[in-house]
Amino acid sequence: MIQESPFRETLRYLKKNKSAMVGLGVIIFFVIMAIFAKFIAPYNPIDQNLKNSLQPGFWSGIKTNLLGTDEFGRDLLSRIIYGARVSLTVGLIAVLIGVLLGASGGIIAGFLGGKIDNLIMRIVDIMFSLPSILLAIVIVAIMGRGLSKAMIAIGITYSPQIARIVRSEAILVNRTEYIEAAKAIGDSSSRIMWVHVLPNVMSTIIVYGTLSIGSAILDAAALGFLGLGAQPPTAEWGAMLAGSIHSITGGFWWVETFPGIAIVLAVLGFNLLGDGLRDAIDPRLRGKF
Amino acid sequence: MRNYILRRILNVLLILLIVSILVFLMIRLIPGDPARIIAGEHASEKSLAELRAELGLDKPILIQFFNWFGKVLKGDFGYSIFTHEPILHDLLYRFPNTFELAIFAMIFATLIGVFAGIISAVKRYSILDYASMIIALFGVSMPVFWLGIMLIMIFGVKLDLLPTGGRLSVYLHITPITHFYLLDSLLEFNFPAFWDTLKHLILPAIALGTIPMAFIARITRSSMLNVMNQDYIRTAKSKGLSTRTVIMKHALKNALIPILTASGTEFALLMGGAILTETIFSWPGIGTYVVLAVQSRDYPAVQGSIIFIALVVALVNLIVDILYAYIDPRIHYQ
Repeated sequence: MIQESPFRETLRYLKKNKSAMVGLGVIIFFVIMAIFAKFIAPYNPIDQNLKNSLQPGFWSGIKTNLLGTDEFGRDLLSRIIYGARVSLTVGLIAVLIGVLLGASGGIIAGFLGGKIDNLIMRIVDIMFSLPSILLAIVIVAIMGRGLSKAMIAIGITYSPQIARIVRSEAILVNRTEYIEAAKAIGDSSSRIMWVHVLPNVMSTIIVYGTLSIGSAILDAAALGFLGLGAQPPTAEWGAMLAGSIHSITGGFWWVETFPGIAIVLAVLGFNLLGDGLRDAIDPRLRGKF
Repeated sequence: MRNYILRRILNVLLILLIVSILVFLMIRLIPGDPARIIAGEHASEKSLAELRAELGLDKPILIQFFNWFGKVLKGDFGYSIFTHEPILHDLLYRFPNTFELAIFAMIFATLIGVFAGIISAVKRYSILDYASMIIALFGVSMPVFWLGIMLIMIFGVKLDLLPTGGRLSVYLHITPITHFYLLDSLLEFNFPAFWDTLKHLILPAIALGTIPMAFIARITRSSMLNVMNQDYIRTAKSKGLSTRTVIMKHALKNALIPILTASGTEFALLMGGAILTETIFSWPGIGTYVVLAVQSRDYPAVQGSIIFIALVVALVNLIVDILYAYIDPRIHYQ
């Protein structure tokens, strides 16, 4: 009997998991939307048309702007479609930054141990003692506003969680025989860490990374909402909600509703896939709800 | 036990020290003259010179830090550029508002979350189970501020049932005694103000409590499912005890530990959520203070708030850790 590789086995379990597949479907939907925004979006997302501001959409029988327009007369549907580009990119890059920092810190701490481990884990503890959104706000306060800075800020706030998880995995890997063998043939510490330990903690990184993208999108939206992330007129889902607070009381509900729904769906997609990946990789969780 | 508590307190102090160092460095990390950053762009040369002297910017950085830290230990965070008040005064004045909101959000989250989790676990794979888990899934995927906006739109504007923001209606007055509005209004038997305060609390508490609620529901469910498979539950059932007694007395008690852990760690998240919730509901708490401070580049206020919030979160975690011992005698302090 040929043994299945762990990767294929994981994939097989993942395919069976309906909610994970729904999540994957949602993600693919948003990714396509983001890539082909130029062709799908009916209007330019930042073109203003003040004569046409705060118009309702399809529920009032208006077919030119299906989801209505905002206070500058910009087409909401087009802004949401282009917003997918911003939010997905921010989520992905922020998590990549977090993974880069966190995984390196975690591997170094777990592999080298001792004083370095202690130092890195104390830093992690400190970062945990502050709410992540506050930490991100503070980092933006230091570096200045803007989307790229928001990405870095969110990435930094995600690194401690990743570091903690990767460290515990790295400690386990460190005790295996192949690491001992690598040490015995005189491999340098850095070679062992990046060539032997890293591939073995990769699955954890992928699961945790996927789960974090959802939260990163949420945090980026929160920063955008507070005016610290994406700056106007960029079509970003969180910032779209901030630009129109007065439309809440004015009864222009669509301006506040649709960008929020887009955020919820995208985050839900990543959470479903992340949960499914975690269950598929961890054999103890397989077959459970 | 005493050793353990002492060590945990030392840990809190260590965290505070390091947060303070970071916060101190923060101002120095921003390119430019720290005095100008602190005093703002429009400060006069004279006030800049005074501030430089006050901060001791001409002294070595280590001495600057110890001078500053000595003041922080005494609770002196300096003056806010925006409100012109001592920062500690601002924070202490606003803290009860945030705390009252946080407590209500946590009560909401725990009651509904634990209830939904128990039902899900007991009626596993039923429609109720799926429904509450789907709601929980949406709960963790939703931006707090969007939920707040939706609640305001539906219950505040459309149905006109509840106030859309603020702490108390303008025509009412509460004499501040403890600064907790609900308590103060009760202490002076001011029932209209009590009722008004309660109404102002409902929407923000729901907005802030939803994410923790979803987490607690999921953890309660898995924790209850774990416990329900234990031998002592089978024994309790075979003794002929009613399902209700088995669930409430035997299962829930043992499932409580992970639930409590979750509630404790949720608190840091709650303080983060408060920043956004308070902004939406114009809630005069620590959260709006931080956001205003960052937006108006009021760096001393940002510094003070961060140390303050870190202290609150660390203290709550400390209390939760100590509570474990009393709830679960199996936990040993090592």
